Amino acid sequence: MKIELHAVDYVILCVYFLFVLGIGLALKRYMKTGEDFFMSGRSIPAWVCGLAFISANLGAQEVIGMAASGAKYGIMTSHFYWVGAIPAMVFLAIFMMPFYYGSRARSVPEYLKLRFDEKTRGFNAISFAVMTVFSSGISMYALAKLFELLLGWNFHFSIFVSGVIVLAYIFLGGLTSAIYNEVLQFFLIVLGFLPLVMLGLRDVGGWHELILKLNAVSASKGLAPGAMTHSWAYTGSPTANPMGVEWFGVVFGLGFVLSFGYWCTDFLVVQRAMAANSMSAARRTPLIAAVPKMLFPALVILPGLIAISMHYQTKGMFLPVENGQPNYNMAMPAMLGHYYPAGMLGLGLTALMASFMSGMAGNVTAFNTVWTYDIYQSYIRPGQPDKHYLAVGHVTTVVGILLSVACAYAATKFNNILDFLQLVFAFVNAPLFATFLLGMFWRRSTGHGAFFGLLFGTLAAAIHHGLTIPAGSAVGIHGGWLCGSSGGDTTFMLLLWAAFLAIFGLGIVHVGRGEGAGNDDLRIRLGKAALYFSPVIALWTVIIKWFPIEPRTYPSDMAQNFWTAIYAWTACFVATILISLVTTRVRTDEQLKGLVYALTPKIKDHDIPWYKQPATLGLIVLAAAVVLNFLFW
Amino acid sequence: MKLDIRMPMGLMFVIVGLILVVYGALTNSNTEMYTRSLGTNINLGWGLVLFFIGVTMVVLARRAMRTEKK
Repeated sequence: MKIELHAVDYVILCVYFLFVLGIGLALKRYMKTGEDFFMSGRSIPAWVCGLAFISANLGAQEVIGMAASGAKYGIMTSHFYWVGAIPAMVFLAIFMMPFYYGSRARSVPEYLKLRFDEKTRGFNAISFAVMTVFSSGISMYALAKLFELLLGWNFHFSIFVSGVIVLAYIFLGGLTSAIYNEVLQFFLIVLGFLPLVMLGLRDVGGWHELILKLNAVSASKGLAPGAMTHSWAYTGSPTANPMGVEWFGVVFGLGFVLSFGYWCTDFLVVQRAMAANSMSAARRTPLIAAVPKMLFPALVILPGLIAISMHYQTKGMFLPVENGQPNYNMAMPAMLGHYYPAGMLGLGLTALMASFMSGMAGNVTAFNTVWTYDIYQSYIRPGQPDKHYLAVGHVTTVVGILLSVACAYAATKFNNILDFLQLVFAFVNAPLFATFLLGMFWRRSTGHGAFFGLLFGTLAAAIHHGLTIPAGSAVGIHGGWLCGSSGGDTTFMLLLWAAFLAIFGLGIVHVGRGEGAGNDDLRIRLGKAALYFSPVIALWTVIIKWFPIEPRTYPSDMAQNFWTAIYAWTACFVATILISLVTTRVRTDEQLKGLVYALTPKIKDHDIPWYKQPATLGLIVLAAAVVLNFLFW
Repeated sequence: MKLDIRMPMGLMFVIVGLILVVYGALTNSNTEMYTRSLGTNINLGWGLVLFFIGVTMVVLARRAMRTEKK
């Protein structure tokens, strides 16, 4: 599939580039202190933060991925919005923002340090820093790959251009620059894709015609005719709907664990709200974001629905076909190429480009702050003047972009490695919300509880993933690697892990002992845990070699993901409570003031007008989400 | 806020809107080109929309700047 660009399209793209760089330049003179660069000087109005808040999440993977899911699963994709995002955003605004914004924390990991201890912060900071670099690299890779396929642009050229532009505007204007460009991107996406939806809808013959066609698509998949046009009606059994999930997995796995874990604890989005100019603005940020977020399905899922019904109507001529299956990922690009003439095409591609770049920029700014404050200032060189850390921030921007480029190239060579890393981060992130929930609402939870709870949660996620597999997948990256059956020999890999853990454990115990650490030292404990764990893995590998077990099958990877998250969260929640109860509490009530719900004075909202009160706004947003769920039931 | 984001954003949409309007007007007779967009000259129409959205943003930004000065 190729799209041809004309001079006018390039002109529009260039105008966008000029403005992006211009905004960076205009902001340069305001970047005087570390707080300006890393936190926008806490001076951004609520509506700007709100739009940046959703834009940071609306990367191109989201735009392309949601259209793809729409084409593949139908209206059920809206669960990612009306069940997945909205309740979590309301919870963040009303219950969690007061702690993030009100505590002296400058980042999410720093909150963990104030609330729990150094090791919990270190764990979160390091895993988050690695994750952001990889996400940014994946964004870059996806952009270059798509533009190569679609426009015939040189892969290296796309990487170079996007890298240089993002580098320039963050280097100049820091977080403010990233936030401003996210707002710009928000309007570009809305204004660039809205005519596409209108044209597509007119072409299929209106909403009712679209439903009829989707019913036919659904029937051709061997499902009930309504399965692609209802969000809840067919979730009684996982085999009755195209997504292969049941309502419990959706509500608890997606709606509770995954989405609260992402929206409430991921510094990438939370950073946007923390840049707001007042507590009230910080709390309104996620709520302002929730309103357009609720309507986004019309902009990103609907094109997917239109694309698949056109594909069906034209007997397989609309989307490119691979191995007899339509390539769902091309739903959005195919729509752009099909309906937009030169001119509008430039606008549509600029919107796509903008969302790729802001996806990168968002990750790089979050990486900057976490690296500089939570790793560099905490472990490498503490106690330097503010100017020093500002300079480090500038260097980190360059390094962050270079690392992203390296990851983008790694992705071209080892596609599986990136899949693997994303999997590991999913394991790390899913339990995190349990840690925050207990940290913010239970003063008795301790640092040891939080840290080892997180480890247990991660381990539970890995074990569940290793024992289950989505139907029709090969053993390996999709799961089943702890079973020793159904093809695919994982013995070697598991033994390698056992050896790695043994060497790692021995190593840090040895180093710790050399420095005179006692049995209570965290390194010694971790090292011993790794040492004891390694023969367990080895033994398990040998057992399943002779007595293989059948992995439990899920109808789809989506269902497997939801359940992995549920197990991880539950394990972390229970382990944190149990370990907290047997360890002593170190932080006093006085130290936990502003960090724990019961010990923080309640914010009084009575004197501000009702349309600015977070609780009132939250209720309105939730009510609207409920109505939407019923409308498309 | 020291730089009102609506200013650069509005200017950009004014410029992009104008480009689309001019391009749309120039290609108005090219019916073949607009069969894709189901026969409507989407460049002309949507260019106008972008232009007015851009103008609104600039006006709002200027008004905010003026009240801030007072």
